[in-house]
Order: sequence, then structure tokens, then C-alpha cells
Amino acid sequence: MGSFPVARRIRRPRSYYIGVGIFFLMLAGLIGFIYYSTLKIDYVWRWYRIPQYFLYHDTIESRAEINGIVDRISQEGETVTIVVSGNDGTESYTSPAGDIRVSEGDIIYSGDVLTVHRKWKAGILVQGMAMTLKVSVIAIIFGILIGLFTGLARLSDNPALKWSAVTYIELIRGSPLLVQIFIWYFAFGTLMNTLIAKSDGLQSLLRGVLGTQQIVQVPPLWFGVAALAFFTGAYVAEMVRAGIQSIHRGQTEAARSLGMTYSQCMVHVILPQALRRVIPPLAGQFISLIKDSSLLGIIAIRELTKATREVVTTSFQPFELWTICALLYLFLTFTLSMALQYVERRTIAS
Amino acid sequence: MIDVQNIYKTFLVPHRVEALVDVSTAIAPGEVVVVIGPSGSGKSTFLRCLNRLEHADTGHIFIDGIDVLDPKTDINKVRAEVGMVFQSFNLFPHKTVLQNVTLAQTVVRRRPKAEAHDKAMALLTKVGLPDKINVYPDQLSGGQQQRVAIARALAMNPKVMLFDEPTSALDPEMIGEVLEVMKTLAREGMTMVVVTHEMGFAREVADRVIFMDAGAIVEVGTPEHFFKNPTHDRTKLFLSQIL
Repeated sequence: MGSFPVARRIRRPRSYYIGVGIFFLMLAGLIGFIYYSTLKIDYVWRWYRIPQYFLYHDTIESRAEINGIVDRISQEGETVTIVVSGNDGTESYTSPAGDIRVSEGDIIYSGDVLTVHRKWKAGILVQGMAMTLKVSVIAIIFGILIGLFTGLARLSDNPALKWSAVTYIELIRGSPLLVQIFIWYFAFGTLMNTLIAKSDGLQSLLRGVLGTQQIVQVPPLWFGVAALAFFTGAYVAEMVRAGIQSIHRGQTEAARSLGMTYSQCMVHVILPQALRRVIPPLAGQFISLIKDSSLLGIIAIRELTKATREVVTTSFQPFELWTICALLYLFLTFTLSMALQYVERRTIAS
Repeated sequence: MIDVQNIYKTFLVPHRVEALVDVSTAIAPGEVVVVIGPSGSGKSTFLRCLNRLEHADTGHIFIDGIDVLDPKTDINKVRAEVGMVFQSFNLFPHKTVLQNVTLAQTVVRRRPKAEAHDKAMALLTKVGLPDKINVYPDQLSGGQQQRVAIARALAMNPKVMLFDEPTSALDPEMIGEVLEVMKTLAREGMTMVVVTHEMGFAREVADRVIFMDAGAIVEVGTPEHFFKNPTHDRTKLFLSQIL
């Protein structure tokens, strides 16, 4: 029996470790330089003030609405009920038991504080991030649907479908997203909302559906989502088309020779293979979409970037806040990237 | 069973090629017809015209009395009755062997899952691969893949089987196992049209051999006639080159 060479750990050359050292030196140098420069302009770093924009302890006061006498205070577990009887009748106030500021028999006036309790609330940055997430998720879902349909239409022999798809794709890919958002909001938005407002039939129908008495209008959020979804859809369409065309013709022939219709062949044979192939470029597109959603601030949607801008204008801490903002975007895109890599591995393994 | 009358097919892309020139033949039920000829002679085109994977320009093709080239014909119904096996197997790589064989049964024939499964198991056993049902095609050898492809086509209970050079992409030691399956089919009375370069198969199994050249049928005859005393010079030349 001969002796097998045991797999030895590959020794990296010294230049590798020197490179690693240089990298971290440069990183530290950059951060140090920025910090030094900010000291030079007397910028005061206040990182301790950042957490409140994520989570804060809100104080909620419950106030009396009539003049009268506190009749009864009854506490049941964590909630307290205060009954006030005045000249015009009796009112009862229920709130979480916190700090009770009145006692039975007190004479109070309208506007007096009855109880005070504190509650944890999501800060503006978390709210902004939630909005970014919401807009992105909806736009991604619609973007996939639009892209899938347009990609198939692009490959159709029917000029009505093919030419519409080409026109749409070229229009969208050839103009800036910012301009598209403006068009969606200021042109289509105005148009649609004016039409809705002017048409009594439509108004009453929408009021009935939504169960409201107010004038129904489409909020800016949906124009923003539409702009992002149609923008993404055009790119997804081209990826879907490329994916389908990359599947060998023999696959279609095999499926069709078994008697499958065009759509059966697409659904069962071509699309499953094509979509698997386009997952990596799709991931890139969706990451772009999350970042592009930062443009929606301009049409009054308070997503992460707009939320950050608002906090910056009130707190005068641009350095910390914009850094945090970038890191939050990085968190979102990195999570999505990881999730899609997982999906890709799963589908290729099967 | 199959009646081909004066079909023509000209390809214009990438350049003008007259692939089929006035091809006519009739194939009886249970007959095994082997089509041979040099490459570019139109034998594959002829085969692909039979189930309209290629659309013949003029002429008529009847399968079981149904006019294949009539635009009003539901071609999917015809194709469901005509099995086809390709040179490059064309198995569905995202489906297991079993799913490859059950897919068209459930989608096209609308068979219940259990029935399709039983049918697939029976056929995969017949082609000698009952232990590979949960494997994906890329884990099989070429010969095994082609046998799955045959099972996939047979699962539709076709009346005719078309084979388009089924062994040309195989390593030599795997040709035998595929030919063996095809011979079994022929013995069971399946109507078969086989485009192949396997002269041994032609000699042993064929009822009739068609020799094509330059898009036309040059000579038709029994294997004995064909391999012992071919009449046409072109046939003689071809046979002398390959035998």
C-alpha cells in the first residue's frame, strides 16, 4: 500500500497577505480622512440620536372632551375606564392604564388630561423603509406579469401584439425613469383623477366599492408603483424573450410532436426552463428597482429617501442619516440578492 | 395508413434549397419503412413533413384518412397519434424521466395521474429503465435518454412512430440497446418510418427501404432487392460508400 499525499492546505503567497493588509489600511485611511475632515468643519457626530428614527417611545395623552366630575375609575387588567358625568350627559373614556392623572370626584374641564401612557412606535426611517419595501414588492410582482406578457407578445407573429410590445419596450427603455414618473403622476394622474372626479357615475361606483362618502381619487402611491412596474416590465420582457429564445428549438419540436398546443408547450416545457435561466439578470433588475424607488419621493411618496430627507432637514445630521439611508438600501438589496440566489440554487438542483 | 402524394418543399432561408421534389409514397399499417440516403437528401425533411413540423409547400399527406396539410385540420390531434423520436433525444431537462413520459399523457390525453403513471411505468420497464424513473435526463447516457424518448412517444398510444436518425448521436456501444427496442416495436406490429444510417437494422427489420437523393425518391424496394441488386447507379454508389 502506497502512502497517499494528504491534502495540504494551500499556502497563499505572501503578496496575498500584503494585499489584504493594504485593503484594510486603505479602508481605515478613508474613514479616518472623512472623520478628520468633518472635525475640521466642526461637524458634531451625534450617532446616539439616530435610534429614535427607528423606534421611539411615544407619549399618548387621553383628554376629556366635556366639563364635569369624574364619576368612576375602574381598572381592568391593563385598561382603565374613566366615566365623566357633566351637565350634558355622561361620557366614558377607555385607555391603556398608564399614569392616571385624575381621581374620583375631581372636577375637570374639557381638554384636561385624564391618563398618560407611553408606547413604542416605529420611527420615520422604519416607516420609510416599509414604504420602499411595499412599493418595490408590488412593482416587482406587476413588473414580472407585464414582462412575461410583453415578452411573449414580442415573440408573437401577430403585428398587433409584436409591434405593441416593441413600441412599449423601446419607449420605456429610451426615456429616463424620472421623466416617466413625472408623466405618470402629472399627466396620467391628473387626467385620471380629473376624469374620475368629473364622472358622477364613476364616482358613485367607486364610493360604493370603497364604502366611502368622500371624493374618490387615486393616491400618488399607485402612479409611482405603475411607473416602476411598467419600467421594470420593459426590461423583464427583453429578458423573458432572450430566455425563451435561448431554449433549444428541439424542446418545442418534442413538445409539439406529442400533440401539445403552443400554450401547453410554453407553460409546461419552455417557460420553466427559460425563467430558470433568467433568474440572475432578473435579480439585478429587481435590485435596480429597489434603488430606483428612491425617485418616488418627488411625487410625495414618503419612501426611505424622502423620509431621510425630511429627518435631515429637521435634525441637521446629514452625515449620519445619509450613511444610514445607504446602509438600509444595502440591507434591502442584499437580502433580495441572497433570496434570489437561494431560489436559483434550489431550481437548478432540482 | 400514411399516404403521401406529390409533396414539394423548398427552403428559402438561409438560401434556396429544394428539399423535397415530388415525393409520393404509401405506407400500410404495420409496415416498417426505412428511409436512407446521403445527408442533405431530404429524408429528415420528408419525415418532419409527415407530422407537419415542416409544412410541405404543395401536395397532400393523409394519415389515417386525415388531410395533414389542410389548414382546418387540428394538427395537435394528428400529432398525438404520431409519435416522433429525434436524433438529439429532446427530453425535457427540467422534468424527471417519469415526468417526461407522463407529461403529454396528462396534458394532451387528459389521463388521470395514476393511469399515466402506470402507463409510464409499463413503458419504462419495456425499454429497460424501470429503476431510473426519478432521475433527470442529464444523469442518463445517450442510449438511455433515447430509450426514454421512445417511451415518451409510445405513451401517447400512437398509430405511427417516426424515427429521425435515432442512433446518430449515440456512442457506438449504445446504438445496440436503442435498436433492440425498435426491433421489439417492429415485431409487435407498430407502423414505423425510420430515417437511419444503420444498414443492419434496415436489412433485418425493414419491410421496405426508400432511397432518397436530392429531395427525390430514387429507389424503393425490399431489403433483399436493395442490398443485393440495386438498379440505380446513385443507389449503388451510395451503398458502395457506406457498406
